[in-house]
Amino acid sequence: MAKIVGAITSTHVPSIGGAIARNLQQDAYWKPFFDGFPPAREWLAKTKPDIAVLVYNDHGLNFFLDKLPTFAIGAAPEYRNADEGWGIPTVPPFQGDLDLSWHLIESLVAEEFDITTCQEMLVDHAFTLPMALLWPEQGKWPVRTVPVCINTVQFPLPSAARCYKLGQAIGRAVEAWDSDQRVVIIGTGGLSHQLDGQRAGFTNKAFDLLFMEKLISDPLWVTRYSIADLVELTGTQGVELLMWLTARGALLGEVNKVHANYHLPISNTASGLMVMENL
Amino acid sequence: MPPARQKRDIPGTTLFDGNQARKGYALNKMCYSFNSAENRALFLRDEDAYCKKYELNAEQREAIRNRNVLQLLAAGGNVYYLAKFAGIFGLDVQDIGAQQTGMSKEDFKARLVEAGR
Repeated sequence: MAKIVGAITSTHVPSIGGAIARNLQQDAYWKPFFDGFPPAREWLAKTKPDIAVLVYNDHGLNFFLDKLPTFAIGAAPEYRNADEGWGIPTVPPFQGDLDLSWHLIESLVAEEFDITTCQEMLVDHAFTLPMALLWPEQGKWPVRTVPVCINTVQFPLPSAARCYKLGQAIGRAVEAWDSDQRVVIIGTGGLSHQLDGQRAGFTNKAFDLLFMEKLISDPLWVTRYSIADLVELTGTQGVELLMWLTARGALLGEVNKVHANYHLPISNTASGLMVMENL
Repeated sequence: MPPARQKRDIPGTTLFDGNQARKGYALNKMCYSFNSAENRALFLRDEDAYCKKYELNAEQREAIRNRNVLQLLAAGGNVYYLAKFAGIFGLDVQDIGAQQTGMSKEDFKARLVEAGR
């Protein structure tokens, strides 16, 4: 059976793309953020995943409001990045894994998750930047990928409890997959930030740090909050912590924190990074 | 039992719900088109014609003319699509954050740094 080696959760702020392109990793503003990544890369070099299941939210590259699925899974041989309108460089394409894509789709629908399947799918910065941070040798992606996209554009959003259950179902599906492949789960987004409205610039360091702690010890803790609560506590885009919760859910059972980093701010956002594996 | 509809007043915050999505569809559709460099150039060449093609209402047209993010949000805009509009002018999320809060960009950035201490 396939093996889940662990999960990584990371911020996906667009300006990271600009910082990489301009080689600002050691610039004073960016250093505390980029310096979080070497331990995650070392862990990846050690655990050697073959495939990354990457849970993220699209920001209007692949999906528009004409058709906006709550949960969508890529089932394409290849995933490309494209112009998002504000000028960060695009990255080379990612290879898919059709066997795992369809296995996930079949397993999740059997578990009553109504999934939208995408045989063509563009992936935006929320997918590409964490990949580029974790595997910085541009374009030489050593893993195949399966994108899992959760709607955070159009309310109502799926609840935290629902996302956690989706993660658990992904975990069960991967573990039941008749394959010798090693799989890492990646969840991208957050942490606290708000781009829109008079409250733009809102962050909540105390909540973020508590969330990171609880993600390890008591992931159900955050499911006590409604989506509106989470927006109030973490900002309109801070609600992307749903991706982290989904990734954590896929690690069935208890987990150990391998690595964590938190730095506020990059751009408008509190950045976070965690590496977790099962005990 | 279905949960109660989540209606909540969060100061300075508008959830992009069904009402906003209905109100803002034309505006968001236009801004979504700015994923394409060709469309961005077309907008810059003839803004009036471009807005007309997407059938913006008067409020949306005025908000676009004013480059005013709070007005665009009030007209049903969603920030993810509006960011593509802002990108045409080389504005990033800190520029639009500063505009929405009435701060200078420097002060807006300083406030974020302060929040990290």
